[in-house]
Amino acid sequence: MKAPSFAYERAESLARACALLHQHAGNARILAGGQSLIPALNLRLSQPDLLIDISQLNELRHITVTATELVVGALTRHADIERSADVKRLFPVLTQAAAQIAHPAIRNRGTMGGSIALADPAAEWPAATLALDMSLTLASERGERRVPADSFFKGIYETGMAQDEMLKSIHIPLPAAGTRSAFGELTRRSGDYAITGAFVTARKSGATLSATRIAFFGVAGQPLLARGAMAALDGTTGDAAAVARAQACLAADLDPIADLYNTPATKLHLSRVLLARLVAQLA
Amino acid sequence: MNAPVPGLKPTTYIGQDVPRPNAKRLLAGRGQYVDDIRLPRELHAAFVRSPHAHAKIVHLNLDAARKAKGVFWCGSGVDVARAVSPWVGVLTHFKGLKSAPQYAVALERATWQGEAVAVVVAQTRAQAEDAAQLVEVDYDPLPAVTNMETALDPATPVIHADLGDNLAFTRGVDTGGVQDVFAGAHLVVEDTFRFGRHTGVCLEPRAITADFNPSEQQLTVYLGNQAPHMMRDIFAKHLDLPESHVRVISRDVGGSFGIKVHVYPDEMAIAGIAKLLGRPIRYLADRLESFSTDIHAREHLVKAKLATDKDGRILAFELDDLTGIGPYSVYPRTSAVEGNQVVNLTGGPYDFKHYLANLKVVFQNKTPTCQYRAVGHPIAVAVTEGLVDLAAQKLRLDPAEFRRRNLIADDNYPYTSASGLKFEALSHHACLDKLLKLMDYKGLRAEQQALRAKGIHRGIGLAALIEVTNPSALFYGVGGARISAQDGCTLRLEPTGWVTALTGVTEQGQGTEGMIAQVVASAVGIPVEHVRVITGDTDVTPYGGGTWASRAAGIGGEAALMAGHTLKANILALAAAILTRDAAGLDLRAAQIVDAATGEVLLPLAEAARIGQYRPDTLPRAFQPELTVSRQYGQRDWPFVFTNGIQASYVEVDTDTGFVKLLKHWMVEDCGTIINPLLVDEQLRGGIAQGIGGALFEECLYDDTGQLLNATMADYLVPMAAEMPDMVIGHVCTPTKSSELGAKGAGEAGTAGAPAAVMNAINDALSTLSARVTEQPFTPERILRALGKV
Ligand SMILES: Cc1cc2nc3c(=O)[nH]c(=O)nc-3n(C[C@H](O)[C@H](O)[C@H](O)COP(=O)(O)OP(=O)(O)OC[C@H]3O[C@@H](n4cnc5c(N)ncnc54)[C@H](O)[C@@H]3O)c2cc1C
Repeated sequence: MKAPSFAYERAESLARACALLHQHAGNARILAGGQSLIPALNLRLSQPDLLIDISQLNELRHITVTATELVVGALTRHADIERSADVKRLFPVLTQAAAQIAHPAIRNRGTMGGSIALADPAAEWPAATLALDMSLTLASERGERRVPADSFFKGIYETGMAQDEMLKSIHIPLPAAGTRSAFGELTRRSGDYAITGAFVTARKSGATLSATRIAFFGVAGQPLLARGAMAALDGTTGDAAAVARAQACLAADLDPIADLYNTPATKLHLSRVLLARLVAQLA
Repeated sequence: MNAPVPGLKPTTYIGQDVPRPNAKRLLAGRGQYVDDIRLPRELHAAFVRSPHAHAKIVHLNLDAARKAKGVFWCGSGVDVARAVSPWVGVLTHFKGLKSAPQYAVALERATWQGEAVAVVVAQTRAQAEDAAQLVEVDYDPLPAVTNMETALDPATPVIHADLGDNLAFTRGVDTGGVQDVFAGAHLVVEDTFRFGRHTGVCLEPRAITADFNPSEQQLTVYLGNQAPHMMRDIFAKHLDLPESHVRVISRDVGGSFGIKVHVYPDEMAIAGIAKLLGRPIRYLADRLESFSTDIHAREHLVKAKLATDKDGRILAFELDDLTGIGPYSVYPRTSAVEGNQVVNLTGGPYDFKHYLANLKVVFQNKTPTCQYRAVGHPIAVAVTEGLVDLAAQKLRLDPAEFRRRNLIADDNYPYTSASGLKFEALSHHACLDKLLKLMDYKGLRAEQQALRAKGIHRGIGLAALIEVTNPSALFYGVGGARISAQDGCTLRLEPTGWVTALTGVTEQGQGTEGMIAQVVASAVGIPVEHVRVITGDTDVTPYGGGTWASRAAGIGGEAALMAGHTLKANILALAAAILTRDAAGLDLRAAQIVDAATGEVLLPLAEAARIGQYRPDTLPRAFQPELTVSRQYGQRDWPFVFTNGIQASYVEVDTDTGFVKLLKHWMVEDCGTIINPLLVDEQLRGGIAQGIGGALFEECLYDDTGQLLNATMADYLVPMAAEMPDMVIGHVCTPTKSSELGAKGAGEAGTAGAPAAVMNAINDALSTLSARVTEQPFTPERILRALGKV
């Protein structure tokens, strides 16, 4: 299959990319790693007039630690994150998750910003933004704004980004003392999108969990915080009874939708199994 | 003859791990696939395909497409039918098999989602696709027949009114008195097995470039195909050309697995349009088209029973097989073969007399199905072995012991099976013994027990099998199919002493060329590097069947061996004339003419060849060197020559998630003479991987309206390296006496047995939880259901 014809410009600066987005509002697409966009073009699922190639904007490709947060440029490749010593030290779950995204060739090109902007409900990064309480900087001709990830995802491939906006950077607050986290997903083949996957983080003082955050992906139309399960675990030691209560909450928290191979009931069951395994890892 | 000699000794490459000569070329990116061949003035085609599984084409408007940029020609089914006559996929030896005339491009009705309804030819493929989007088709959707279980219900619409009903073919086997045997048996086990429809996913999709030269009325077709001579005959017939005016060239082919041995309507359309336009037309199926138009296979629902006596001896099998084949029986091999094979092969490895089988083959509005690697075998083996394990379980017999009691004894040949198959000589017991040793069966059972106590559920599954190989004309020829049942090999001695071999069998990545080179080099007595093999060109290579039904080594290899012997005799006669010695005292070894008794080197082959070609004037007047020879071979002793073997799978089932981890896989098989162990082992491993694909991952998913839901590589799960277990391969060698070479096929045995072995291993792991799965692929969800968890 061949993509329909489109115009193409390689943006030399963030400002130029924003200007083009503004001019072609709605009919232009940012081309980052191309690992989702190019297949969509070839399948003729998307027919933009213009591709704005940001792949050479190295200013958007960085991993920076500040006093309060880790900042990841939107163009940072999955493989950059997988290999970053800072990420591994501060957020080992992100290192683990990066290794589960597709295959090495795709990770070498695909970007964290592209994944978040695309908002594929089965992707790892969007869920990570929820679990780690990230915020996102969006840029446009109108200027920049910073939005919490919590309010960014609106539905399948839908976000709160306006047509003339693009994602510039991702901000991850540095973990508080005593933070534990775990990541896991269930895929039939390595590299596949998950049937269900989750990030769990919590603060541990003594054996007691607090500030628990659980974000699931692959189960619903968008990544979700499992708020009921979070509450069920907060203030407990993550003991069997608490886990069982958290598992019970997932029915309402996730309300899974079927995929090609799994009914909602299976996805709920697997999510419960996964949750228990991840909570056990917080120990 | 074997006394130590000072000079050169005879050598053979048969049985040697010779690396295949084409591997380097292909790895270097220098393969010549259809898409690598560019012709001047070529145009690109794109098809407009029906989005409906069943719909009347009310109106087709090509005007906008015709005006689009770069477009050269647009056509409907009627336009293409001016160049390509329709076909009917039936053969006379499948009595009662019926099908409807099929057109290259649908005329009035689309009968599956993906059937071509129009075609656009443009300067580039992108332009052709742009224009294809502009073709307006007004469809009147018709009810789609998707569920094969209700295809024969009176309330279900009949897909082809002229055929009367949706029953394409039916066949029964009844050895007599079977019901009585079941009634009186000590044990009867029965189960229902479901097999998901899947397809063979080739790395290189189907591809064709057809070039018609009006001045000579000559059609040249570059085609990714396994049987170029068959395709030549078909192009000639349906494009109304003399056969000699058609040349089919199949150079490198990027995988085939049986997918590329059928007549595809879009390929016929391309050839027809090339003839209409007098220009080369190129078409490559994209992945979406591959999923919806490459043949599918294996959609079966089987109810089966097995009866034993109190000692666990199998008394009888009963089989009820229902299979859905799409809207047409595929031309020219027909879509009756798969079900027919299930009937023939069920119970195949075992010694029993009573068999009752019933096959129903029905039409549906889904992609047509036809022969895909190991045709019918994976189904027959899974049904047989599933019941065998169930019987063993009920009798509290170890599955290996149960098989030992029932496999046909190694000294009980020739043997005719209950379904009527004739076996020359098989080695089930030798294979079983070797397998159990190779896998340390006892040790593995002990490990399984120990882990069970810790809540780890591991299972061991066995699967004995037979594989149809080296077919005679009984496979297709007797039914009227113009598919050669023999193959030829032509050898040409070059003046350098090197040999060019032209063979009718073809190469799709499995190493046919290397195998032929080994046989020729061994037979002639030259280094294997001195043999150059040419395949896949009907203007050049000897007429033959090509590569399918695991016949390339057994049939093509034997023809090469015979030609090699003849060429060698001719070379020795030439040498005798040069040396004025008796040819009987000469031999050819390592490209040297030697004294047969002492091995003393007398004359380099290159020198003999030089004289033979350039200086025949120096030879006796009456002697003519014959330096090009051809030999043909068709296997006529048996309907098929069977390979046999047994596989074992070791798995761990996560009973919380339903996930199956493949820990290890073993296979011992008997393909007779092994020409190249490396190639044979990799055929088996690749076959096992493909079988595992069917068992755990692959399924073409349809909704009730006949929409294919997973036609991408992201959604249709092919097995990948990370999930594959280590595979240990062993051999037992019982050469067939039907040929001098003694080689039997090895291409399909891996695929034939792997699903059954994996199924039995999963069920063994689940046995203490009283759960059992029989519906392939064994997805986590199906396993969780069996466990009562969802
Ligand atoms: C075989 C395969 C398997 C995969 N498996 C996984 C997997 O398991 N998990 C997973 O998460 N992903 C998977 N992916 C997707 C991959 O991670 C993509 O790289 C990612 O989803 C998109 O990133 P990209 O940089 O390639 O974006 P592109 O493909 O370039 O763009 C994707 C979309 O995002 C928009 N976009 C990109 N960057 C920006 C930006 N800075 N601002 C605004 N909009 C932007 C584009 O306009 C486009 O609409 C897989 C892809 C393939 C091909």
